[in-house]
Amino acid sequence: MALLEVTNLKKDFGNTKVLKDISFSLEEGETLSMIGSSGGGKTTLLRCLNFLEKPTGGRITVNGEVLFDGKDTRRYSDEEIRQKRLHFGLVFQNFNLFPQYTALENVMLAPSLSAKSTGEDPGAIRKRAEELLDRMGLSEKMDFYPKQLSGGQSQRVAIARALALKPDILCFDEPTSALDPELTGEVLRVIEGLAREHTTMIIVTHEMKFAHDVADKVIFLDNGYILEAGTPEEVFEHPKEERTKRFLAGYER
Amino acid sequence: MFGKVTLSLLGGFGTTLELFALTLLFALPLGLLICFGSMSRLKVLSRIINLIIWAIRGTPLLLQLLVIYYGPGIITNNRIGFTNNTRFLAALIAFVINYACYFAVIYRGGIQSVPVGQREAGKVLGLNNSQIFRKIILLQVIKNIVPPISNEIITLVKDTSLARVIAVYEVIWAGETFIKHGGLIWPLFYTGVFYLVFTALLTWIFNKIEKKLSYF
Repeated sequence: MALLEVTNLKKDFGNTKVLKDISFSLEEGETLSMIGSSGGGKTTLLRCLNFLEKPTGGRITVNGEVLFDGKDTRRYSDEEIRQKRLHFGLVFQNFNLFPQYTALENVMLAPSLSAKSTGEDPGAIRKRAEELLDRMGLSEKMDFYPKQLSGGQSQRVAIARALALKPDILCFDEPTSALDPELTGEVLRVIEGLAREHTTMIIVTHEMKFAHDVADKVIFLDNGYILEAGTPEEVFEHPKEERTKRFLAGYER
Repeated sequence: MFGKVTLSLLGGFGTTLELFALTLLFALPLGLLICFGSMSRLKVLSRIINLIIWAIRGTPLLLQLLVIYYGPGIITNNRIGFTNNTRFLAALIAFVINYACYFAVIYRGGIQSVPVGQREAGKVLGLNNSQIFRKIILLQVIKNIVPPISNEIITLVKDTSLARVIAVYEVIWAGETFIKHGGLIWPLFYTGVFYLVFTALLTWIFNKIEKKLSYF
């Protein structure tokens, strides 16, 4: 059984249908690249998975647990939504680090707050946060505030912060779009490292070479539909749809 | 003579300080309530609150002082009204309402200028609403509002002198009596010194706070 299953997912904003009929699945340890033009629904899909938007219809299951079902009319409490959300982590385009906390405090904040219910030892939380930042190559920057960090360093802190909660699936929303070109490499390398360690990930990106190299699966999202899905070779080298070919041609120099 | 003037001015300045401190004590929290009201999802409530804010910020404090002092007596045919002994209370009410509205607008600006992404980042990290407010939003709001609030508070120091329009005996009045009864002009400048020293103290305090928050 797949770790994540999304079935017939729909999302409207008023009269605008942003996601029309999205179905895909993701196995544990797989990396999925999601490509497509801006406005195609990629970000909205990630936001639906993270419960920042409520889908209009469809189903989302993780590990067999139904997280969302459009047929279920019951209203969920904030606490229930909070629990569902924890299956996913999200790395934002513009990092959204908390400016009043150091890099280490940013990573420790959520685990420390949930320690009351999990009973996790503060020392262990700190140790794990330090290890995560170390893995991100930031052992020298732990006590720096976000305003003292470069964009690439900030984004790596944000990745460590998302990993600290051990989500089942880590989502990236154009993680390098807000970075200067010379800083994208350090972030992409970190994500490639995570892929090698079989972290289950969904990556929305406009870096086509990266999307090709890092992914086990690629989805081309256009106008609210999945127009093409398959292995990187299938989607990038042998696209079936005219629209996909035109989109990819736009990236070739 | 200098000693006599000083004592007299200190007496007046006591009232000034009292009005200043009590106005802050009530207006700072009331402003927060008004702020939440003005941002309420209940359209009726937010409309009414915004109308009140508009009326209070759109008319002179001097006018509001007069209306609050004389209004109740005239409307109720002197059954309920302010008297000689309660004129300070009338002034306080006018100041609290006026300043609470200004503070409310500053709070609202401070809250709205925290990027939406901060709240969303808190959500995806599994924080609940109260944790998001206390651990993420609050300090950023405070940092945002310290400069405008301190401006407003320094204005309040000087605005307290308006209370004399309903015969609240404050420091400038105390100084002015020496013109009327002794032809002395320097006590009036002396009142200015009281204001200058006090605003200097406040400015120093606010600078300290701003510096403390400048690490992020």
